[in-house]
Amino acid sequence: MSVLLEVDHLKISARKDDDNLTPIVKGVSFNVARGEVIALIGESGSGKTTIALAALGYTKPGLEFTGGQVRLEGEDVITMASDQLRALRGQRVAYLAQSAAATFNPALTIGEQVTESCVLHGILNQEQANERAEFLYRALELPDPDRLGKRYPHQVSGGQLQRLMAATALCGKPDLLVLDEPTTALDVTTQIEVLKAFKSVIKQEGSAAIYVTHDLSVVAQIADHIVVLYAGEVQEHGSAEQVVSHPGHDYTRRLMHAVRPPPAAGQGEETSSEHRREDPALEVIDIVAGYGKARDGTPAITVLRDVNVSIERGHTVGVIGESGCGKSTLARVMAGLLPAAQGKVLLDGDTLQPTLEKRSRSELQKVQFVFQMADTALNPRQRIDHILGRPLEFYLGLKGKEKRRRIGELLQMVELPQEFAGRYPEELSGGQKQRVNLARALAASPEVLLCDEVISALDSIVGANVIELLKRLRKQTGVSFVFISHDLSTVASFADEIVVLYAGRVMEKGTTDAVLSPPYHPYTRLLISSVPELRVGWLEETMQTQEAQAGIDRVVTLTDTGCPFFDRCPLAIRDTCDRETAPARQLGAGHAIECHRSEAEFVH
Amino acid sequence: MSDTPTPQNTNSAIQFDELPDAPPKRKIKLSLLGKIGVVVLIFWAIVVAIGPMIAPYHEADILDEELFIVPGSDEMYPDTDFQPPSKIVLLGSDYLGRDTLSRILFGARTTIGISFIATTLAYLLGVLLGIAAAVGSKRLDMILSRLNDALLSIPSIMFALVMIAALGSTIPLLILLTGIIYATSVFRIARSLGQEVMVSDFVEAARVRGEGLWWIITREILPNIAMPLATDFGLRFVWVILFISALSFLGLGVQPPMSDWGSMVKENLPGLIYGSVAPIMPALAIATLTISVNMIVDDISAHTGGKLAKRMIA
Repeated sequence: MSVLLEVDHLKISARKDDDNLTPIVKGVSFNVARGEVIALIGESGSGKTTIALAALGYTKPGLEFTGGQVRLEGEDVITMASDQLRALRGQRVAYLAQSAAATFNPALTIGEQVTESCVLHGILNQEQANERAEFLYRALELPDPDRLGKRYPHQVSGGQLQRLMAATALCGKPDLLVLDEPTTALDVTTQIEVLKAFKSVIKQEGSAAIYVTHDLSVVAQIADHIVVLYAGEVQEHGSAEQVVSHPGHDYTRRLMHAVRPPPAAGQGEETSSEHRREDPALEVIDIVAGYGKARDGTPAITVLRDVNVSIERGHTVGVIGESGCGKSTLARVMAGLLPAAQGKVLLDGDTLQPTLEKRSRSELQKVQFVFQMADTALNPRQRIDHILGRPLEFYLGLKGKEKRRRIGELLQMVELPQEFAGRYPEELSGGQKQRVNLARALAASPEVLLCDEVISALDSIVGANVIELLKRLRKQTGVSFVFISHDLSTVASFADEIVVLYAGRVMEKGTTDAVLSPPYHPYTRLLISSVPELRVGWLEETMQTQEAQAGIDRVVTLTDTGCPFFDRCPLAIRDTCDRETAPARQLGAGHAIECHRSEAEFVH
Repeated sequence: MSDTPTPQNTNSAIQFDELPDAPPKRKIKLSLLGKIGVVVLIFWAIVVAIGPMIAPYHEADILDEELFIVPGSDEMYPDTDFQPPSKIVLLGSDYLGRDTLSRILFGARTTIGISFIATTLAYLLGVLLGIAAAVGSKRLDMILSRLNDALLSIPSIMFALVMIAALGSTIPLLILLTGIIYATSVFRIARSLGQEVMVSDFVEAARVRGEGLWWIITREILPNIAMPLATDFGLRFVWVILFISALSFLGLGVQPPMSDWGSMVKENLPGLIYGSVAPIMPALAIATLTISVNMIVDDISAHTGGKLAKRMIA
């Protein structure tokens, strides 16, 4: 294989206020051969994106090249003049950003955007480009390839947009593709489809690729070689097989350790019995909720339908489902942010007022909400001690010395150093901010903690640390958790009970072990089988299963009649599933599955 | 190439600490133009503070003819108006024979003072109502916004002309009018900034905690919109200076014998024919002040990524 790109002792530094240079990338070398996929893996801050962008001769503002070369077919791209670079970018090297939704212009048709770059560079004329685009739509298995180009970005799903990004990048037949976390923001079911499409199209086109990610199990599916980075230095470099099965470096092993095993029965940590009591701490009964003006108890857009969940004291209930299934809406109803149109929320057996304003301060104190994005959930203009001090003052009336002591304790509880009290959120890393976010909720001494995707935005190692912290806190404080996530492996390792939501309906609920072992609801089965495993060749095997073929890459659609999962279900019964609401089958010990199929039919 | 050796694998003892998210934000660095702006602004601030004390004459003093008698000449009654700059009148004299420099020094207080108070008033009104519209009910927002639109649709000079013609020109009225007129655009900015922060997670977190509206406004929202508002204050201040100068130029602003830069330009306009600098100097004063504020604002908004500039067009 001939070498396409040589990264040779690349050094990139950031220029600070005082004109001192801080090295970000410290002499990194690796090669990319034609037709080969190289994965750059590491946590945020490891310099992986910076290195990948260097392949385009680009650095983010504030950064500069301080040494080494990046040679594309022997030519150094760092020293290229800007008109040479313009010809290079989009033509020989193409870049795929993380969020397709933010990259596409909503006012232009998909076809215009996919073909724009290669027509502009004069590689193809518009007609040829359209043909090429259509060919790529087919190769990427996008629906309705003949007419897709005429549609607008909002008319296709997120996973399809991500694949369209690939079409845009590949349209000009580039030698090298740079993919920056292209599947990180996607649901597991969508991720599989996108990965599969990327893999086959890269093979078919014979172009080389640099794949940037923090997720080792994704890398195992798509990369030929893996470069493990930490703090701007290469820690390990080898073939995917070798790195995944025989990691040679401590840091790689740590990354592997952070990858949670595929969800299976028996992973849930039993909550210690001292905190357990039978009466529920928080209970929602027959909740119907949604957005828009309610008429006769039905909102304009109904998201949740007849949802019943009860959280026992000291228990953790995991709520799982793809984006759009109503997980966050459920948490918002519990917190009082969104009043339910029908149904009741009970706290300690007493009915809670549906709206925040009418709930008493002690009721508010008992149910605390932990927001998904610590970046936006902490006021950037408040110091950490203010952020943590306010709930102490507000709910518990602590002041002065007592308050300061408690802030110190809270910081200790979430394993942050005491001096962080004087810092602003922007001076903290993502994981540290999420810890502060948790500490703020704990400051209220709540009974129930609603955690909405608290680790979804974090790197695998950082996320694993936060989960460890949550487990410890649960033991220490006996707080009940509602743990919302789209990541089944996280929920499996943390929750006592699991509620599987789809399009606002509870598909299955029961103890973690019961939900994660047969009999499965078809949707649960799809979710379980979509979680990538850390081994080479998993992707190909999974694509063969009937769940995957029926259910991947579809959007969650809300339906008024029948079972909403009907169109993705391999076991769907025509004229029954799409017309009649599925019955809830009690399978003992609080385990219930909502499906028209009988228990015997689930087992396979 | 698959067996590229792993670089220094020796330091396996290093701790893999969590890496910081991003380097801390850079502080605002003023460009050369920005620095010049600051110097000019400080200069005018000093003039406002001590101007009348260092002025050679009083603003209303009509200079004595004797001052202008050239020693040795037998002219008894020399012209005192539109005198060119000399040792006696450093920046020349105006159409009544008053010292231009003294009038500029005195006028700084009037012009800058009135504008500053009027801008502050515009801000108090605009921010208060704008935030109220942002956090209040949809209905309140609707009422306030439409009222604001109605006021905005009246040409500001026309509005001021009618009001002054009806009520007479006094300084309090001038401040009030200018304040109301400029509050309309401040309202829009405060409302849009407030709305943006209002939907952020940390405000939602405060609401879930059960915080009252006042706490949310003063602790969560205002600190986060203070910076763009402060920058906008600078720009708005410039426009108010120009507006008040324009009114004075039309004879409806500050009334004689008080000096004010705008009216000084107007009064001395005939002097242009004689090559007098009397109308040029106050115009220069207005220009240096407004341009310097602008240069500082430019620097700051360049730092915030130009986002600010877009909003201010509204």
